[in-house]
Formats: sequence, C-alpha cells, structure tokens
Amino acid sequence: MTEMVKADIKKELEKAAQYVKNTGMRVLVCSGTGCVANGAFDIYDQFLKHDTDVMFKKEKKVSSIKTGCRGFCEQGVFVAVPDLDLVYVKVKPEDVPEIIEKTLQNGEIIERLLYEDPVTGQKIQKENDINFYKNQTKAALANCGNIDPESIDEYVATGGYEALDHVIKNYTPEQVCKEVEDSGLRGRGGGGFPTGKKWNFVRINEADQKYVICNADEGDPGAFMDCGIMEGDPHKLLEGMAIAAYGTGSDFGYIYVRAEYPLAVKRLRIAIEEATKRGFLGESIFGSDFSFKIKIKEGAGAFVCGEETALIASIEGDRGMPMPKPPFPANEGLFGKPTLINNVETFANVALIIKKGADWFKGFGTETSKGTKTFALTGEVNNTGLIEVPLGTKLKEIVYDIGGGIRNNKKFKAVQIGGPSGGCLTEEHLDLPLDYESLKSVGAMVGSGGLVVMNEDTCIVEVARFFLQFTQNESCGKCIPCREGTKQMLHILEKVVAGKAELKDIETLTELAEVVRLGSLCGLGKTAPNPVLSTLKYFKDEYMAHIAENRCPAGVCEAFKLIKINPDKCIGCTKCAKVCPVNAIDGKVKEKHVINQEKCIKCGACLTSCPVNAITEGN
Amino acid sequence: MSNTMESKVEQKLQVDSREITFTDEKNLLEVIRKAGIEVPTFCYRPNLSTYGACRMCVVEIDGMGVQTSCTVKPQAGMKVSVNTEKTRKIRKMTVELLLAAHDRDCTICAKSENCDLQSLAKKLGVRDVRFPSKYGPGEHHVDIDNDNPSVVRDPGKCILCGACVRVCREIQGTECLSFVNRGSDAEVMPAYNKGLDEVDCTYCGQCTAVCPTGALRIKSDVEKVWNRIMDPKKKVVVQIAPAVRVAAGEAFGLPLGTNTLGLITASLRKIGFDAVFDTSFSADLTIMEEGTELIERLKTGENLPLFTSCCPAWVRFLEQRHPEFLKNLSSCKSPQQMFGSVAKKVLIEEFNVNKPEEEQIKKEDIVIVSIMPCTAKKAECGKEEFITDGQQDVDFVLTTQELIRMINEAGVDFKHIEPEHLDSPFAIFTGAGVIFGSTGGVAEAALRTAYEIITGKKIENVAITEARGLNTVKELTINIDGQDVKVAIVNTLSQASALLERVKKGEAEYHMVEIMACPGGCLGGAGQPPSYKDREIKEKRMKGLYDSDVNNPLHKSHDNPEIIRLYDKWLEKPSSHIAHELLHTHYKNRKRILGEIINLSSAAEGEKVTDVQVCVGNNCLAKGSYGAIDALTKLIKENGLENNVNIRATFCMEACSKGPSVVIDEEHIDGVTPEKIKAIFKEKILSKYAKS
Repeated sequence: MTEMVKADIKKELEKAAQYVKNTGMRVLVCSGTGCVANGAFDIYDQFLKHDTDVMFKKEKKVSSIKTGCRGFCEQGVFVAVPDLDLVYVKVKPEDVPEIIEKTLQNGEIIERLLYEDPVTGQKIQKENDINFYKNQTKAALANCGNIDPESIDEYVATGGYEALDHVIKNYTPEQVCKEVEDSGLRGRGGGGFPTGKKWNFVRINEADQKYVICNADEGDPGAFMDCGIMEGDPHKLLEGMAIAAYGTGSDFGYIYVRAEYPLAVKRLRIAIEEATKRGFLGESIFGSDFSFKIKIKEGAGAFVCGEETALIASIEGDRGMPMPKPPFPANEGLFGKPTLINNVETFANVALIIKKGADWFKGFGTETSKGTKTFALTGEVNNTGLIEVPLGTKLKEIVYDIGGGIRNNKKFKAVQIGGPSGGCLTEEHLDLPLDYESLKSVGAMVGSGGLVVMNEDTCIVEVARFFLQFTQNESCGKCIPCREGTKQMLHILEKVVAGKAELKDIETLTELAEVVRLGSLCGLGKTAPNPVLSTLKYFKDEYMAHIAENRCPAGVCEAFKLIKINPDKCIGCTKCAKVCPVNAIDGKVKEKHVINQEKCIKCGACLTSCPVNAITEGN
Repeated sequence: MSNTMESKVEQKLQVDSREITFTDEKNLLEVIRKAGIEVPTFCYRPNLSTYGACRMCVVEIDGMGVQTSCTVKPQAGMKVSVNTEKTRKIRKMTVELLLAAHDRDCTICAKSENCDLQSLAKKLGVRDVRFPSKYGPGEHHVDIDNDNPSVVRDPGKCILCGACVRVCREIQGTECLSFVNRGSDAEVMPAYNKGLDEVDCTYCGQCTAVCPTGALRIKSDVEKVWNRIMDPKKKVVVQIAPAVRVAAGEAFGLPLGTNTLGLITASLRKIGFDAVFDTSFSADLTIMEEGTELIERLKTGENLPLFTSCCPAWVRFLEQRHPEFLKNLSSCKSPQQMFGSVAKKVLIEEFNVNKPEEEQIKKEDIVIVSIMPCTAKKAECGKEEFITDGQQDVDFVLTTQELIRMINEAGVDFKHIEPEHLDSPFAIFTGAGVIFGSTGGVAEAALRTAYEIITGKKIENVAITEARGLNTVKELTINIDGQDVKVAIVNTLSQASALLERVKKGEAEYHMVEIMACPGGCLGGAGQPPSYKDREIKEKRMKGLYDSDVNNPLHKSHDNPEIIRLYDKWLEKPSSHIAHELLHTHYKNRKRILGEIINLSSAAEGEKVTDVQVCVGNNCLAKGSYGAIDALTKLIKENGLENNVNIRATFCMEACSKGPSVVIDEEHIDGVTPEKIKAIFKEKILSKYAKS
C-alpha cells in the first residue's frame, strides 16, 4: 500500500502556479481529435525539438503545450501564443521553424498563418476578435485549449479542486445538492432534468453502496461536445463527479466512455492516476473521511448504451438493453444500488457552480434554462466547430454570428438539432431562443447539442431517412415499436426518395410515427420519429413533391434526376453515346442525340464527355 | 402456507371507471386481470422478471400518459383506462408489425391454435398487413435448429419477447440463449449461433413452455410412433408417467387436476398401442433401489448427500456444469429407463410364457414408448448408457402435448370414453410411485420405505407435509432410528446451483437431496400443457397426484406385490448383481471446456515432446494470448526446439479472469502475458532440454 496522501489545496495551488510560471512563454498546440488528425502531434514534436535551442538563444524559457480542443476545428491545427495575444490557424508541421524563428524569437507576426475573415477578408490576430469566438460564452469549455489536459498542475493552477476541497470542509451533502439545485442546472445529456433534484433523490436513499456514473457515451452523429471536454479538461469532469459523490453519499464512480474516443480515454486515465496520487481521489480525500474512486468502463459503441438503464446493464456485463422505468436508477441502479447518472457536460459545470455560486450560474440563460450549453455546430455554415453559448441564445445568432452564415452564399433551409432524437428548425425559428422549453414546444429538443445546418441543396426527406436509418441500425431490438416500427418507417422513407411512394404511405408513416413515439420502451424509440414528424410538419410540400410531382425540390434524390441533351446545342459528335455504360443514348453521327430515360442510370458519364456542354442535369 | 391468512391492506383504484380493490399485486396488469379484463401481452410471465418489451399491455393512466401495465406499481386512486384510442392503436399496430416480420405459415405451424400471436391478431381484428413481409409464402428462416433431441428453434417465428432467455437464465441458471444483433436484425440464439445441442442445454424444454409462438417448440416424435403402431410386426408397449394423468384432461375441458389414467389407457388402446403400463410401477422399483442406496450411504457416510437421479435435465446439468458432484448422484436409472430395461428383458419373457414359437415376440419387434411430462426424457432415452445390444431401452418419448395430439388425430372422444385398466403384469403401483410427479414426491416415497426398512416399524401416517408444496426449496429433518436424516427438496436448476454452492462451501449439510429441474417438479414439466399463466394449474395438478396416493390402498413401494414378485422371480433383491445390471447406470463428465484444438506447430514423432496449449478464447485473446504464441514460437525457433515442442491453440480453459492461460504438459499456468513468456519458457521448457 502506498502511503496515504493528505492533500492541502493551498500548497497544491502554490505548487501548480509555480509550475505554470516555469513554463515561460506558452505555445499552445491544439491537440483535440480534429487537430490531431491534421497533424497536431507532428507540430508539437517539431516545437519540442526546437525548444531548447530557443531557450539558449534568448535565455527565455518557451514551452510548447498540447492542449484540448479550441473548438474551431475546421481551421485546425491551431497554434496560440497567449503572451503575444496571437493565434495561428491551419498550421502545418513545415511552418514550425518559421514560427520559432520569426514569432517566438523576434515577435514577428506571420500574416499567412492568421485567420482570414470569410466576409471581410481581414486578417485577424487575436482569437477574441474572430467572430466565431467573439460571440461565445465559455464556462464548461473555459480551460479547453488553454491548459495541458495531461498535467494536473495546469488544472490546479486554474483553481481546480478548490471547489471539492471547499464542499468537503464546509458543506453537508444536503447543502451540496441544494446549491446545485439552486443554480438551476439541468441535465446536459438531453433530458434536461434538474440536476440538483436528481442528486437529492440519490442522497436521501439509504444504502450500503451508491454509485456515481458519468455518461460519456456520446453517440449522436455529429456531436463531439463531451469528447471536447474529456480531451481538453478531464480534471473538471473528475472534480464534478467527486463533488457529486460527496453530495450523494457515494464512494465509487464509473465513467462510461466510448472506446471510439481513445484520446479521451487516455487523458482520463492519466487524470485519474494523477488525481489519485495527489489525494484528490481515492481514500480520505483532503484528509476527510470521504473517499471516492473512479473506474473507466469503455463502451463498445452501441448508441443505445447512452440510455441510462442500458448503460447500467452494459457496465454490469450484460447486453446494453434498456429496462422499463420505474425503478429509476436513483432508487435501483447499478448492481441494484442507488445510482446517480449525469452527462459529462453536466458534471463539468459543477465545480464552477460551487466556486462561483449558484447566482453566478443563474446569470446565464433564461427563466427555466440556466447556464451555458455547448453545441457541435456542423453542416453548411462557414464556421463549424465546438461552441458554448448561454441557453436561450437565438438560433440566428449561432448560425450567422458564430457560424458566419451559410457557405457559398446559399440559402438557409433548416437546422437539425439534437441529432436522431431531435427535430428540425426552420427559417421561422431563427428568432427562437434555444432553451429546453422553447425547443420542446416546436417538436425539437436540446438533445446532447448537435446542430447540423442545412442549406437549400439539402433534401429534407433524405435527412429524415438518414436519421431513421441510424435509429433503426442502433435500436437494441427489445421493444416491438422501435425494432419493427422504425424499420417500416425507414422503408416508407426509402420509397419516398426512390419515387415509389404513394399518398397513403404518408398516412401510414404518420400512424407509425405516433405508435413508435407513444409505444416505445426507452428514449431512443420514443424520440426516433422526431426527425420525421418535424420535417413532415414544416416541409410537407417537399414530401408531396416527391410523391405527387415526381421531383426532389433540392435536386438530391437520384431517382428524380433527369439528364437531358439540349437539342439546340448538340452537334451529334456521338461522344456521349460512346461513354454511356448502358447504351441509353440514341443518335446518329451529326444528328441530335436523345437520352432514353427508361434506360438511363444517372451516372453522369455523358455530362463530362460532351464538348459543347449540351447535356444538363436537373429535375 | 401459514402466512396466507395474514390481513393485507386493501386499497382502491379505478379501471375503466370501475373501482377495483388491490392489495400487494406486483403490478397494474395483475390488478386489471383481477378486474376480469384480459390485458393482452406477449412478454409478461408472472414467474419471470418483468421485461416490458412487447408493449401490448399498454394502458392510459391519468397524469402518467401511456404506460405498460406490467411495469407500473398499482397506487391508490390511480385512474386507468385499458382501451383508449391510443392504446388500441399501439396494440393493433404492434401486432401488424410483428406479423410483417413473422414466418406466417400458420396453418401448418406446430403452435397453430396455441399461438399467442395468432390469437391476438384474431382478437384485435388485424385483417391487413400493410408492410412488406419478411418471409414470402413457403420461405423460412435459414437457421432452423433441428439438432437438439428435445427442442426445435425456428427464429422465423420468434417475436423476441425474451421469455426463453429469462426462463433459461432466471429459472434454470443455464443461460443458453441470449440476444444478438441490433435493430430489425436482432435475434435470440445460443452463443456464436451454435446449435442448441452444442451448448449447455439440459433439454428441460422450459423455453418451449414459455414461448408464445412456434419459435421454440418440442421436437415431435408422433410420426415415428404412428409408423411403429401401423407396423403389424411391432408390439408397441407404452408407459405413462405419473404427472401426465393430472394434466392431459386440461386439453379436453376436464376440471384442473382430474386424474385421467383410465381415460388415457383407453385412448392409447384405441390409438393402437398393444399394451399400456404405468411408470408409477417402475417408480416403486426406483424407490427399492434408491432407498437401499440411501440406507447404505447413511451407514457408511460416503458420498453424502445422495442426489436423486430421476430428472434427466438435472442429471445433464450436473454432468455438464458440476461433474465434481457426480459421485453424489444416485446410480439408479430413472423410472422411465428402469421400465425400459425391465420391459425388454423381463416383460418379453413374461409375454412369451406358454406361447407357441410363432406367437412369441422377438426382442427387435418390441417398441417401448413413454408418455412423459418432460422433454428431457427424449434426450435421456438416446443416451449411449441406455442402449443395450444396439437397441434403445426406451425407443420413443412422447410428451403429454404429443399424446393430446395423437388422441385428437385418432378422433378419440377422450371425455366420454370408458376408462380402462392397465395391462398385466406390473399393473399394480403404489401411491408412493404416483407422487413422483410432484416436487417432493420422490423424497417422500424414499423416506417412507427407508424408515420402515431401517426401523422395522410401520408408519401410520404416511404423509410428510414438509415435503409438499410448490416452494422451490424445502428442507426437513426426519429422525430414523436415532439418526437425524436431513433432506432438501429443490425444484428449478437455478435453486439447484445455489444449493450446490452452499454444500460446497460447507454452509449446508444434507443426507439426501431431491432435485427436479422444472418448477413444481414433473407436473410443471415442459411437455405438459402450458402452466405458467396461473399458479392454480400447478396446485390442482399437485392435488390430483396426492389424492391419487390417498385413494390408493398402497402407500409404500416395498408393499407393492408386483415389485415383491419381480424381485423374487427375476432380480433377487435390491442392489443385487442382476438389479445393478438392469437398474443402475453411471455418469460422465460432459463439461464443455475444450472446443476444437488448433495445432500451430507439431514436433517430430518420437522426440521428447513438450505439449503447450495456449488459450485463445475471447478473454485470453484480448489479454494478449496471440502475442504469447508469437513470442513462444520465436523462442522455440531461436533455441532450435522446433522438433521438441508442440504448440496448440485451444478454446476457453475457464480461468478467464486470470488469463492468458497456458497449459504446459498438463500444468496450468495463469497470467502468461507476452512479457512473461520468456521466463516461463526458460523454466518450464528450456530446462528440460538443456541437460541432454
């Protein structure tokens, strides 16, 4: 047994501050998953190689630091130098020597590596002058991109673990639950249940063993908020869980994280190990009689394991299948014991609430939805990435101010919010404040926070079909409405996009959606029809165009594409007829050619073959 | 049964505007049923965990919306509506969706007219399936599993209600079935889609008993038996097990628990069986042998506790899962197999006495058929231990359900037929033999005989009430001649497992343990008409059996004059040499540990060879057993030992938590990671060859 460590937060803070001071000039290399894919580790290694040289020449310590995600993934790799109030984007490994020589040694700015505003064309040096960042409010993500997630000192230096120390020394568990309840924090995983209340349910249950589980099974297509937090600031999550454990009377926690997040798993492991060494986790935390250990459980990637009862079954070693509720996990959870399950982002808010107070937290958001929320902004906007805004921010602020508007000056069509469980928001919702109640009122949901922006070139039926395909593939197969109902809904949507649907299919689709929504066992099934119901509500015309008019208004669905030869332009060169793989083009030399639409498979080979651009594709 | 009169708090709620009283019902569904409304369900089974998957039992509750009634606890003042627009829509659509995914060859399905899906589709008036069918006419699932001797698995009929998974796991603790795949590809199957005969199935058949459709069904031997009956050369002899008589009448509208032995006997003759006997007779014979065995073991104190061996599913379970306990198992054959052995040896000779040569029955022409409440008996009769001179002692086993089918097919008016007597010899049986059909019956019968034989005193009141009832575990102590004999009576294999654990740990000590795999014993066997829906069915069957004991002038097996005659004329005395030959058997370790072995390298013959087996089961694989194999192969090459070491990859060695596991010349070594392999190689292999 190792000797028990009694951590003293003041000493730790001093030590950590010294550590950070010793790093000297900090060169932050964004090492979130997106930037890593773009070569962030190579860039980091390049800096590392040159660090000592720099130090000797200028007698100034420079440290390159791997950080978590800065959010603006499409501009990666990000390299920031806070001392110079400078950020470089789209950095390549070969840029590093130049950065060292010009910027780090001589304070010169390399214009080429600065961010260029897509509208004004202006080069921007400071991160906070970039529209994408200017309009955000960072709380849960505040440390992401600014500290080394693999160093506990970097977290402690930001005041980390002070909140835990504070509650252990000054709060009763009841007070902890109350403070969280007063803050108005609600579950960030999608359900939006008041967090403090949930904690209190677990607290008042007497049991020989209670558990705290962090749900890090982020499975929505296009969502990566939790990933960002775990990769960028893992200790914030651990601290939140420890506070929750203290508040609920638990001494053991699990983080259920997808195995597809190897970087997050690695950084969490390091964080748990370091926190345990320092005595922030483990036995007798801060010398008190409160103990808390955390184990990582890697999930195999089933979407349904994000549902809490399925998640519990998975940790227990069973197949991840949901169980009916009640009993709720707060009463009978993991191994039959009272269990608190919160999402990553929920836990990430906890330490801040304790430290800055419930009133501070309430300062953000709307009447019923307090605080900030992270979103994964993707799709057809100019700026995509991980963002954080106060709840209640209007959709248009996100799409236009942060997202920089629609790419290529196309028209905004809709936003799919909340992934496969959510719904779509249209132009009429641009002024809608994004909070739990407003979204629910229009048939959508905050969900975990995926925001996919679509432009006029997106076929809304195809979007619904995509999400249905996802939920059908991911349905655990337990209850009949979800297993068989989503399959038949998918089948009808496939018929619509293939131009084979009839009007009565829409009736059946609506009826199926109703039964799946009402009759399914768990949240996955109950919300699976949302993408269909909301698109049917706002874009019924588009469905009808597919069925009654035989056309796809967005020009996406293959089945309705028509390739035609303009007889006025055709010179009868026969090139198109020669490249056609199915001999669908008739015509003699120097005569007008015609495409036999029955035979045409819409492969488009003829389009490129025509020397006079006589062939066009359209509805 | 003492606490049932305790007063329970009565509360009220409303179902469809009617006030209903409830007390401690575990869910709303039970309360609604109490109100006389039959809420439909596919997946709810009162004796299994609540699963909540089929969504058929949905109701609307004021303030709670649509809920499944099987998962909601009744609360005072609840306002429940069973049939609303929403719940009707959900139910009807759910059935329609199931039908689209179902192999709908209903007219020729074994479960036709006993199928919950069929009957609910009819009740709910589903007349149209608007969705494309998964199976066209005549199309079936590609994986119909027909290799198990007792159970047929037909995934095309499966509606994934999970009842089989739960019964196998919760009641039997065998866990042979589980869910795989996601979405509409989800299926129930044994691990790795193996056949049901390749896993630890005990053939208990309870999965077929709870299956609402034809997805899991009893393998039928009816046609084979008809063929024998129609063959004029064959003398077809049939035995009827005790539990069958109190269940068969259910199919013909007779009151629950009616003893129909006379009606079954008459029907079997009408069908064309040549001679009809009662397995209760060979149950008496079992008691003579097993009682003697018990007395012997009590005397010597060896191999205690004595486990009963009548139940083939239990025997199979022990052979497969706990071979370390096989020595405790009574060496007696089951009553079914005792009858088979005696019939093929003794009965033939008694039949042939005083008959001219041309009328004599030849051994190959006698066919023994059993009517059993049990599906595992079908597997039991085919065991190699029960094959004599190339012939099975019992040729065919039909379940009660198959008997009912034959009666119906033959057009016998079961209810109104004149009851008939059994054939001679062996027409006499005691009440002790009949109560074999209930949990506790074997123990009670054995104790009656053992007591009288040991003490030499007559028992006046034969009933041992502590041995009776549907509880899964019963314990009793009987003082026999100064010795406290401790007896446990267990039904269901999950409880049997728990008992073995207790015995192993020394937490419990018994002299005798009666174990039956099916809930309630044979009367709740999977071959019987379904009994899971109502506890009363089992209670009435049980009463029927004990009433039969009361009505029988004989209550102790050793008082059966036919048994006495059998010993006098043929078997000498219990446990004699000839009795052992005919009536006893032996058991085998059938643990399924090693699957196929893969030879990775082979040493030359004749060399001094070291045998190395490396586990490549899932767990060891994940912990790096491939790396260990690589490292080992390299080391062997480096040291020029290719001709001396055999490396083989094997499947699970059942030490998963300590893996990777390696066996070197029969020595089991745990935790063999690639890093450790060098040291192990040096110590265990290289050292052997270094000297020479």
